[in-house]
Amino acid sequence: MSKTPDKQPGDPNTTGHSWDGIEEFDNPMPRWWLWTFYATIIWAVIYTILYPAWPLVHSATAGVLGWSSRELVQQDMIAFEEANAPWNVKLVETPLDDVAKDAELQQYAVNAGGAVFRTWCAQCHGSGAQGAPGFPNLLDDAWLWGGTLEDIETTVAYGIRNEESDDARYSEMPAFGEILEHDEITQVVQYVMSLTNAQTDDAAAQAGKVVFEDNCASCHGEDGKGDVTQGAPNLTDAIWLFGGSEEALTETVTNSRFGVMPAWENRLTDAQVRAVSAYVHQLGGGQ
Amino acid sequence: MAILDKHKILETNATLLLIFSFLVVTIGGLVQITPLFYLENTIEKVEGMRPYTPLEMAGRDIYIREGCYTCHSQMIRPMRDEVERYGHYSLAAESMYDHPHQWGSKRTGPDLARVGGRYSDQWQVDHLRDPQSVVPESVMPKYGFLEHRKIDGKYIGDVMAANALVGTPYTDEMLENAQADFRAQADPDSDYDGLLERYGDKVNVRNFDGQPELTEADALVAYLQMLGTLVDFSTFTPDASR
Repeated sequence: MSKTPDKQPGDPNTTGHSWDGIEEFDNPMPRWWLWTFYATIIWAVIYTILYPAWPLVHSATAGVLGWSSRELVQQDMIAFEEANAPWNVKLVETPLDDVAKDAELQQYAVNAGGAVFRTWCAQCHGSGAQGAPGFPNLLDDAWLWGGTLEDIETTVAYGIRNEESDDARYSEMPAFGEILEHDEITQVVQYVMSLTNAQTDDAAAQAGKVVFEDNCASCHGEDGKGDVTQGAPNLTDAIWLFGGSEEALTETVTNSRFGVMPAWENRLTDAQVRAVSAYVHQLGGGQ
Repeated sequence: MAILDKHKILETNATLLLIFSFLVVTIGGLVQITPLFYLENTIEKVEGMRPYTPLEMAGRDIYIREGCYTCHSQMIRPMRDEVERYGHYSLAAESMYDHPHQWGSKRTGPDLARVGGRYSDQWQVDHLRDPQSVVPESVMPKYGFLEHRKIDGKYIGDVMAANALVGTPYTDEMLENAQADFRAQADPDSDYDGLLERYGDKVNVRNFDGQPELTEADALVAYLQMLGTLVDFSTFTPDASR
């Protein structure tokens, strides 16, 4: 057993606790700590007076400062809206084809449109607008529904084959699995492949030409170059939305495809729709 | 000091200390939580909120089962950057039929509170099957197996009854027709008038995954396509006192 040290003169009092003979000095709290503690209590009281805090019967106290997270975000939105307002008004009021003639306005539209694109469009069309299987590449010259500024704006605003907008672009390719015989589908697929010199069976492709003229030419055209007024793709340019392999084309002919794009008129402002149209138009393929 | 001497009674008696600790925590909890049940401005009065349809409810269960919430929140905060990216900030009313809610702040993936209608059904299916096929930068795992798991909604009525028990206003009619509504929503060729009558005209009725069979992908996409689309914001004025 170690010896308990004797209490020296001048030592503070002990707390009176004793564990196996070990006693504890009753020192006061450090001053800095104590005052910090008191300060936090005072701060808490002041805070609940200034900011929304105490729940009462119908609602909580609003606080003297009238702080409101919802009002702040509202003000923030309005401030940016007002800052951009001159440009946005000019963008909406300028005739579409004249936007590009005003270099400054075009620069604004492309930058603003790029931001809109990366937020709302990139998930389907890719962050570089390169597209993905089933979602068109916007960098090339192939346009399903037309590549003029006006065409692009219409597509963005109302979308394609959606249920939200009555003005959505609409067309529907029949599922030819229910219309044509199996052999005819094989033949027409070979014929479509021959348009880009990819067929494997000359005889089938020849037979497929007749099937094509009877069933497909009304939308895709006699020459297979498509029709932008009804979103019928050009079949001769070797650009394939759903794939150009024999397997993918057979699937397309048999069950058809039904690509949907949402309408953006209700999610984006008119200026945003116009800006993103200008952005897409100048990516390289705009007509 | 007398009060410190009394304190000694607590400090030297573990059971008493435990009881009084609980008391303190209980009072704190009551002060913070109770007002939320009676304060009138906790949940905004909005138009358009409705309970989930049976198919959406099944999709929500799949969402929770697959742990989607570990990467995706459903809570747009009232900050400009969030509102610009995701849409109007979330309202408490929009989660009032969520048991449990899907709020959160950890976002490995984007917030999904308003993902409904933002992409096509085909995109949702492609993206679940192979996220990198449409978003090359994505780190999301693949959920293609959902397309192969058929579901029949056998127990969906029970799930809804459990939700009704904790306050979701499912009517007896909704509960009785749960399985029929479950099938009708994913089949545009069916007679879905009853479904629309019970849940409103805005309910999406489509073959969500494009396959003839009813699968988990149908349910999940039905749920995702509804998210954040219920409240009619044209009739909503935010209460500035919050």
